[in-house]
Order: sequence, then C-alpha cells, then structure tokens
Amino acid sequence: MPLVNWLKRRLVVIAGLLTLAYLLLPNVVVTVFSFNKPKGRFNYAWQQFSLDAWKQPCGVADMCGSLSISLQIAVWATIGATVLGTMIAFALVRYRFRARGAVNSLIFLPMAMPEVVMAASLLTLFLNMGAQLGFYTILIAHIMFCLSFVVTAVKARVMSMDPRLEEAARDLYAGPLQTFLRVTLPIAAPGIAAGALLSFALSFDDFIITNFNAGSTVTFPMFVWGSAQRGTPVQINVIGTAMFLVAVLITLFSMVVTNRRTKHNA
Amino acid sequence: MSTLTETEAPPPLSPTTEETKPPRRRGRFTPYWLLLPGLLWLVVFFALPMIYQASTSVQQGSLEGGYKVTWHFATYWDAFGQYWPQFLRSVLYAAAATVGCLLLGYPLAYLIAFRAGRWRNLIMILVIAPFFTSFLIRTLAWKTILADNGPVVHTLHSLHILDLTNWLGWTAGDRVLATPLAVVCGLTYNFLPFMILPLYTSLERIDGRLHEAAGDLYAKPWTTFRKVTFPLSMPGVVSGTLLTFIPAAGDYVNSELLGSTDTRMIGNVIQTQFLRILDYPTAAALSFILMAAILAMVTIYIRRAGTEDLV
Repeated sequence: MPLVNWLKRRLVVIAGLLTLAYLLLPNVVVTVFSFNKPKGRFNYAWQQFSLDAWKQPCGVADMCGSLSISLQIAVWATIGATVLGTMIAFALVRYRFRARGAVNSLIFLPMAMPEVVMAASLLTLFLNMGAQLGFYTILIAHIMFCLSFVVTAVKARVMSMDPRLEEAARDLYAGPLQTFLRVTLPIAAPGIAAGALLSFALSFDDFIITNFNAGSTVTFPMFVWGSAQRGTPVQINVIGTAMFLVAVLITLFSMVVTNRRTKHNA
Repeated sequence: MSTLTETEAPPPLSPTTEETKPPRRRGRFTPYWLLLPGLLWLVVFFALPMIYQASTSVQQGSLEGGYKVTWHFATYWDAFGQYWPQFLRSVLYAAAATVGCLLLGYPLAYLIAFRAGRWRNLIMILVIAPFFTSFLIRTLAWKTILADNGPVVHTLHSLHILDLTNWLGWTAGDRVLATPLAVVCGLTYNFLPFMILPLYTSLERIDGRLHEAAGDLYAKPWTTFRKVTFPLSMPGVVSGTLLTFIPAAGDYVNSELLGSTDTRMIGNVIQTQFLRILDYPTAAALSFILMAAILAMVTIYIRRAGTEDLV
C-alpha cells in the first residue's frame, strides 16, 4: 500500500495545511465578496462581479470616519502603552524593589480576565465618576489592556540581553544616558517593536471593551457590528481585504530587509 | 504570545553588576519612578473598577432614584438562578472550542516547528496576517461559508453528518447557522492563533536530537510523540488552552453573529443587562461570578497541569 504509507508519513503536514486552510478561508471569502454586487442590504450571497466598492471605498456614510477614529485611537494607545509598558519592563528586569509579586500579578491579571468583565467594570467606574464616554474613555481602556502585553514582550527581550554589553559600554566611559541610548535601547528595540505592533493590532481590532465604553463614538469594529444588524456594505470587505494585503506586504518586506541585513553582516 | 507561561516563571535575578557597583543614591528610587505611571494606570483603570463593580453588585435602587449600597447579596443568588443555563453554555462552548483549537492547532504548530523548512516564515505570516482584518468582518464571513444553501451545509447533508449532529443536538433542522455548532466553529476559528503561537514556541524549543534518540531506542513515531514531544510541549498546551478558554468563555460576538437566542452565552447576558436593560447590579453580579469562576478554574487547571508528570 504505497499510497497509505505516503499518506501516513505526511499525516501531520496534511492536517496542518487543512488547519491553515480553515484559518484563511474567511479571508478568501472576504476578498471574493469585496467584488460582489449584492441585491439586498446584506453581502452574504454571491450575485455578480463588480468593481464598484473598490472604486468608491468611502462610498458608505460614516465608514471612513469610523476608520479614522480607530486609527487615531490605535496610534495613541500604542504610544501610551509602549512607553508605560517599556518602563515597567525595565524596572522589573533591572531593579530590585518591594512588592514585586503584587506588581507581577497586577500585570498578569488583565491578560487572564475575560474582556467582558474588564469592559463592564470600567464602565461602572466611568459611570460613577460621571465621565463623558467617547474618544478618551476608549483610549484609556485601550492603553490599559495593551500595557500588559507590551510589558511581557519587552521583558522577554531585555531578560535575554547580555548584561556584559552594558558593562563594556560603561568601561568605555559611556555615561548612563549614553549607555542607555546607544546600547540598551537598540538591543531592546525588537521587543519594544513587537509590543507596539501587538498593541496596535489589539487596539485597532478591539470590539468588546470599546462597545461598553464608547458612548456615541463609533470605531471601525463598532461600525461593522452595527452593519451586521442594518446591512453590510461591500466596502467593509474592501477595507478588510486591503488591511490583510498591507499586513502581508509589510511583513514580507521587513523579512526581506532582515534577510539582506543578516546576509550582509555574515 | 506565550505570555501566560512567561509571566508564571520566577522573576529573573537582576544582573549582579548593579549589586557589586557602589550604591548610587540617584538610582535607589529609579525602579519606583519607572513603575509609577504604568502601575498607576493599571490601579486606576483596572483594579479600582473591579472594586466599583463589587460595590455596584450589592447595591439596590433605580436609574432615576440612584443606587445605594444595601449589601443585597441576594442579587448574586437571583442572577445565578436565572442565568445558570447561560453560564453552563459558556463553559461548554468554550471548552469545546478549546479542544477544537488544540486538535486543529497542534498539527499546524508541529508542521511549522519541524516540517516546514524554508516555508516556515511564510506559514507564520499566514497564521498571523488574518489578525489584521477586523475579526468581526472575518466572523461575518462564516455566515456566507455556513449559509443554508451553501456548499458546506450541502456536503455535510449528503454525507449524513448533519443527521449525526442533529441527533447530538449540535445542529437543528438541516442548518448549521444559528446552532451551537456554528458558535463553537466561530469561537474555534477566532481563538485558534492564540493556541498555535504558544504551541509553536514550546515545540520549537525541543531539541531535535531527542527525537533521534527516541528513534534509536526503537520508539515508533507515535510513541516518540506520546512520550517525548507532547510532554515537552506541555507549557505551550497549558498557556494555549488558557489563552483560548478565557476569552472564549467571555465572548458574545460569535454567539450574537452566528448563533440564535438558544445559543446565548453569559457574555450576551452581561452585555444586554449593562447596555440595554441598564440593570447595573445584576450585570455587575454576573460579571463578578464569571470572573470568580474563571479565576477558580484557571487556578485549579494550572495547579493540576503543574503537578502532573510533565516529563
């Protein structure tokens, strides 16, 4: 039975590729249906090929506005969470201080908490304080849940860093600031970048916490959620496809650049 | 993404250089200054809200007249008595999705770690890239995939798989949409990358020579997997299952978009109570029960996974 043997040897590969297909199938559907011309208000069944939505990506009322709000929140949340998270990560790895356990659990808990719970409790706080729900309450919430992820990403990187590099810098009469800027920061940079990228993705795509704390502000995920009730415009698929393509292209580009650089250095 | 195991690890010893150097007065308070802004943020916008919520859950009153703390613990009992089916459903769906993620995710993580060769980076990108398309758009795509007259339902029907799932109560009336199967399928899909990435991280660390050694000792491939690979990948399995189960148990998006009123999970109830019915004490109590239940389950799970024979 050569065929059976062949299949047996490749069972893991076949199963893995099937999972990959399961993961990518919705993206294929999103892409295909961005060329659809639906009959009713919902874009769930294929009708006919059309480029209309790609020609007018902002042809739907309020959609591009919500996209821009989401981008602004994601950028500010990324900056906020990355700065605060990197500071915490350095303190955790580089210094001894009291209550380390309490600090660690305060950072771990937001990642181990269902989003609904955080969303609901944060709304309780805002309601009690009489805060105006909107852009700033969303931003506050996003910085809060991105922080822990930045800390973990940066911590992992700083921990694996050779302390002798900094010693060497100091031995060569670099001041503390110089050591930090010229040695420490460049080595920690990949961890910081990973944390920032993760923050951006988490913030941009967040729905549950945003839904609770947004007031009347509409982010892009909330626009999509609303459209699932009112009718899904094809333009949603255009944005989804474009984001997927941009993400793949940027990653491929950065991979090519890193490959070149490592080859160059070798 | 192997965040959960990494945070569990004991904190690293700070480099000894700091200790051997003469103490600098200026540096004594440095860690506190570094920690202060971020921790303050977490205390005010994560810990404090929990306290507010705890207080809200024992208040009584109305929207118009305001709420007062009356230590009315009966809210908890009433809320649980009324919504225990949704709690149970959340746990069951989340558990099913976690098992699904493990079964689907393990082969792919294994493939990336050991078999992908020069395709490794490309497959990694393909696993992560869907993240950049809003998950709501991708979840809506399942409405098309599982549509009543679509090819998936048709195939399942002609293979008599739908008969089986109907009998099990996973689907109803030749449909997949608006049934538990659709919700679990959506949950599995949405949290699959959170399973694959930690699995991959722990598989990749395994020394390939261990496989050779097992082979040299006449272990069959399956035995090698069972006795060597899988035990060594346990950290990834533990953090992967946690990263899948916790968000899945609190999720209400999949149930709302792919399910029906019969598939409502506890997240749906909390959301409705908070945002539409505006019954804050009940909503707060429900979300507190959910938090307590998940923390308890996670603690027990980590203990068990930690003490059982990992190697």
